[in-house]
This record gives sequence, structure tokens and C-alpha cells, in this order.
Amino acid sequence: MTETREMKMKVPVLARVEGEGALELDVDGGRVTGVRLRIFEPPRFFEKLLEGRSYHEVPDIVARICGICPVAYQMSAVHALESIFGTDPGPWVREMRRLLYCGEWLESQSLHIHLLAAPDFLGFPNAVAMAGQYRDEVRRGMELQALGNEIIRLLGGRSVHPVGVCVGGFYHAPGVADVSRLRSRLHDALPMAEELVQWTASLALPHSAQAFTSVSLRHPGEYPLNEGAVAGSDGLHLPIDAYEELFAESHVAHSTALYSHYRGRPYLVGPLARLNLNLDRLPPQVRGNLERTGVPFPSHNMYHSIVARAVEIHYALVEAMRILDNYRLPEATRAEVRPRAGVGFGCTEAPRGMLWQRWETDAAGNIVSARIVPPTSQNQARIEEDLRQHLEAVGVDAPEEVLRQRCETVVRNYDPCISCATHFLKLKVNRA
Amino acid sequence: MTQPQRKPRVAVHKFSSCDGCQLALLNLGATLLDVVERVDFVHFVEMGPVDEEAEVDIAIVEGSISTPEEAQRIREVRARSKYLIAIGACATSGGIQALRNLNRAPEWTSAVYASPEYISILDKVTPISANVRVDLELWGCPVNAHQVLSAIRALLFGVVPPQNHDKLCTECKRLGVVCMMVARDLPCMGPVTQTGCGVICPRQGRDCYACYGPAENANAPSLARHLEAGGMDRADVRRRFLSINNAAPAFAVVGKNEDTEAARDRDA
Repeated sequence: MTETREMKMKVPVLARVEGEGALELDVDGGRVTGVRLRIFEPPRFFEKLLEGRSYHEVPDIVARICGICPVAYQMSAVHALESIFGTDPGPWVREMRRLLYCGEWLESQSLHIHLLAAPDFLGFPNAVAMAGQYRDEVRRGMELQALGNEIIRLLGGRSVHPVGVCVGGFYHAPGVADVSRLRSRLHDALPMAEELVQWTASLALPHSAQAFTSVSLRHPGEYPLNEGAVAGSDGLHLPIDAYEELFAESHVAHSTALYSHYRGRPYLVGPLARLNLNLDRLPPQVRGNLERTGVPFPSHNMYHSIVARAVEIHYALVEAMRILDNYRLPEATRAEVRPRAGVGFGCTEAPRGMLWQRWETDAAGNIVSARIVPPTSQNQARIEEDLRQHLEAVGVDAPEEVLRQRCETVVRNYDPCISCATHFLKLKVNRA
Repeated sequence: MTQPQRKPRVAVHKFSSCDGCQLALLNLGATLLDVVERVDFVHFVEMGPVDEEAEVDIAIVEGSISTPEEAQRIREVRARSKYLIAIGACATSGGIQALRNLNRAPEWTSAVYASPEYISILDKVTPISANVRVDLELWGCPVNAHQVLSAIRALLFGVVPPQNHDKLCTECKRLGVVCMMVARDLPCMGPVTQTGCGVICPRQGRDCYACYGPAENANAPSLARHLEAGGMDRADVRRRFLSINNAAPAFAVVGKNEDTEAARDRDA
């Protein structure tokens, strides 16, 4: 047996991801024999501290799981609790929830493209450095991000941990004048979103085809946000309450995030998976703009995630405009809630992928148990698989600084939200 | 105004948190590009720069201390920083995750994780000030950009940042917002909660849920008695205080006695 020579690199953290983690590689004779994405975000025990809380406290508590996608946690939770209570919030609430989610998609996807991902493809260490040469592009991204925050603020008072959502609907309805002001700003921003899609497609994205199963929600008539069944590129079509039959989580020593598998295999959630499965749900103007890029979808190139994200920004803007164009003040902003005991499921599309939850309540509407499966847990096994395939394709003989840069780029494609799931990136290469 | 010799060096550090307070900076939009012309972010992982061991003028710290590694790391951050600003509910009070202090975390670990032996945590979640000296606390879940920028700006001018720990009620009155407690009979936390959020809940017709933490001279027991006298169940009243800022001493008093007794009963 060869002796394992261990090299530690002096790279304290993986930058430009939400949270921190580390990566360990085992290399033997040019082959990658082990990949461990180490997530050691301290556990905060949300599922336990929710027990005994009343249903009406849930939206404010679950928001705190993630500062970047609080709306996603709120949305999966309210849908699950309403399914237990038999609450029908009606069409106005349904539309406003889509609008709120569009705000979060705009905010989170713009933040990821410009502040986190694009510097990789343009050769800059970060967006601030990139802004020297690409000032207009960075500003465009920040303006789109700001518009997303404005939408969330319209319905939630603030963009991080918004306060507007309750089980049954919303605490208030935005005023017509505020809606009209925001609507015209969104209309003005439309060309920016169209250009953004073209710009991401023009980046020098590496070619890297991999085999993976895409999983996302699929809805009979819409690009999925709050509703749908769990669909897969292998033909899977599963009601959300049957999720546990085919998807399972496990715990490994190197991570405080749980690993999800689908039929025992890694799978992909997030913008690329969603777009791969829901191309036919895009409005014609969004799909037309995408087709003009020449980037073929469905795609098995993980680097096309940045294009998929831009398409979803375009979609979110168009959908938000549609909703605001039709805006009417409602008779009631929320349905009456009559708590009862039961089990319910919520599954919605967080910016970085499907967010599944299971809730159990008692007769008074107090939480008996909660189970939350964030998108980053679902992607964790896929990220390791991707790293393995990527490194085997490009070779592992490169200097460690180059290897680290490549690995970080691969990981970043998934926009892992390590607060939801994680701390990055000490790269440790064990060479046999 | 004289220009400083060099741009002040700022580090942003994350501990146990949701990342939401750092977003006060990352959500600044084009203003962020102006900020980086005035200060040098030498360590801000989510934005890109990584130099954890750099000596800095200002350390901005998000999150609470919940693991042995964090307890060690915050001491190192303190040693390398001239000013240390704790931002957000986690850093100032312990945050929502401090609720586990009232329970038995080891049992929680085995309930959430299949292999609890992989998880290393401290017995108690604590705010930054319980671990090291803190020069300035900005409360709120989350803090907002105005708070963070005005603090940085004041420090750049070499003055102590203005602090307003007034009760939310005073701001509500100034803004002419309808009183949720008097007019709507809601269990509003405004009388004990510090201002700074922009009164977003009462403006939406809902009662404040105290995400900005205790105001100065907050009389939590008095508000708790008032809510109970109004017919609210004692357990519901306690949960109003034991929420986002449950470990803030001014709020913790409301739930403390019963919890200690309950814990004693369990251990007996």
C-alpha cells in the first residue's frame, strides 16, 4: 500500500457562497477516490424549537432559517398548514404569493449571478473588482436585485424576514398607488432582464456534460413557484405528500447538513433542473429571448445554471408585471383559519431549489412536529458527484490553487445556501 | 473633512446565523459600490474577500456563539480588531436559536441527527458580548442598512454612533400609526421593544413581535401581566417574549422561573 501524503492548503474559506464549508479530496494515481463536501454550519435546531409553537408564529420563525430565502420557508410552511386546516385563501392571496416569490427570485438570483458566480467566468476575485471593468453589468445586476427587494417590501415591509405573510394570507394589501409606482419601475427594467439573459449566454462557460436527474415541481399551467407535483427528468411524477416514499435523508460524519437521495441516487434541484423540466411553461416572450441565445435546453451542462438563473429573473419580472397589471384591492387579505389536528405537506421552489416540508399540528393548531428538507441538502450529494466527475475529466495534476479555484466554481453553480444547510472552504487534498 | 491616510479596513465575520444581517450590506445595490470606495473590506466571505486573520479597524460580527470553535474564533477576531460591532439579534441576544438553552440540546441533537456523535455544540447559545468586549451593538432581526451604514460612517468620523433605544410606541405615535394594542386589541410588543425597524408591523395592521429586542427600561413583567389580564393564556404570553430575542435578559425574566422549575423537574 502506498502511504497517504496529506497536503493542507492555506485557503481558509470558500468565498462567495452563503455560509462556510470545506472540501476534502482523496487522490490516488490521478484518480479521485474520495470527495467530501464538509458542511459544519452549527446546527440551530429549528425543527425542535418549532415544537409547541402556535401555527400563527410559524411564518416569522421559519423565515429565520435563511436570510436569503425567507419567503421560500414561509411559503412551504403556510401551504402545509393550510392543507391541514382546510383553509382556502382564494385567488387574490394565491396571486400575491406568486408576486412575493417573484421578488425573492429576482433578489436571490441577481445576487448569485453578479456577486457570487460571474466573477468566476470573467476572471475576477469578486464583484467589486469586476465592477472596475464591468461597471454597467454589475450595476444592472444590483438594480434587478433592488427591484426584487422592492417587491418583497411591498408585501412584507422589508426584504429580509418580511412580516406580511400569515397562515391564511397576508396581514395587509398594498395600496394601489404603491402598486402602480412599482409596476412602472418593473416595466422599465424589462430590457435589462432580456439583456442579462443574452449576457450570461455570452460568457465563456466551460463545456461539461454530465448525467444527472433533474427534479423540480411541475404545475399543469405555470412555471412552478408554490404549487405542483414533484417531477423528474426520468419521468417521475409524484404528489408532494408521497415525497418520502422515494426521497430519503441520511447523516454523514463530515457534515451538519443531511444528505438527500432519490431512489438512493444523487439528484439535482434548482434553476437548471426547473428550466430543464418546465421549458414549455415559460411565457412566449421569455422562451423566445432564451432561444435567441442559442444555448440548448434541456441542458446537462451544470455551467448553464447561470443562464437558467437569468431566465428565471426574466420570468420573475414578466410574471410580477402580469400580477401587478391585474392588481385589485381585495375584500379580505386573508381567509379565516380554523385550526385542527393533522399532518400536511408544503413544497415550493426556493431560488436554489425545491424546499419540502412536513408539519403535524394538534387540535389547537400547535406544532407537534416539523420536518424541513432544504434545497442545499438535496443538492449536496450531487455536488460531490459533480466534483468527482469534473476533476476526473480535467485531471488532478494541476497546482492546488488551480484545483481549488475549479472546485469552488463547480460548487458555486449550485448556489449552496450554507446557512440553510452549512462553513467553506478549506481544501484538503490527500494524495496517495 | 480631512481624508484618512488609508481606507479603514473592515472585516465581516459570520457565526451561528441565517446570513440575513450581512445582506444589509449585500442588498445595498449601487450604494455598495460607493461604500467600497470609502472602506476596504479585507474579509467578507460572502462578497469575496477572504483574509480571516487580517488586523482591522472595524469588525462587523453576525451570529451567536454556539460551538467550541466559535468561542475560540470570536476571541481571535476581537484580538485583531480595533472596534467590534455586533449586528443583529443572534449577535446581540443569542437569537432565536438560544431557545435551545431552555431545553435539553443533547436530546434535540439525537432527534434531528441520526448520528449525534458527529455534532459538537456548546451547552448554551450566547451573544457576542458574553464572550468578548463589544464596542457597539446594533439590534434587530435583521438589522437594516441604515443602522449599519450610519454606524460605519460615525466611526469613520471618529465619533460614537448615535443610539436610539426608544420604545416602538414612541415612533408609532410620531408617525400617526393606529395603535394595535388600544384600537385593535392585539398583543403588541411595541411597549417593550426598541425602535429601528420603521414600524413595519403596525403599519401592516399587525402587532409587533419584538424582533428588535428590548427597549431601554423595558418593563416586560408589567406588559406580561397586562396581556394576561386581557385574557391571554399564560403560555401564549410567555411565547411572545421567548421568541426572536428570548435570551435578552429583559425578556427572559418573563419565562425564566417556570423554565428553571420545569428543567429541575425533568432532571429530578
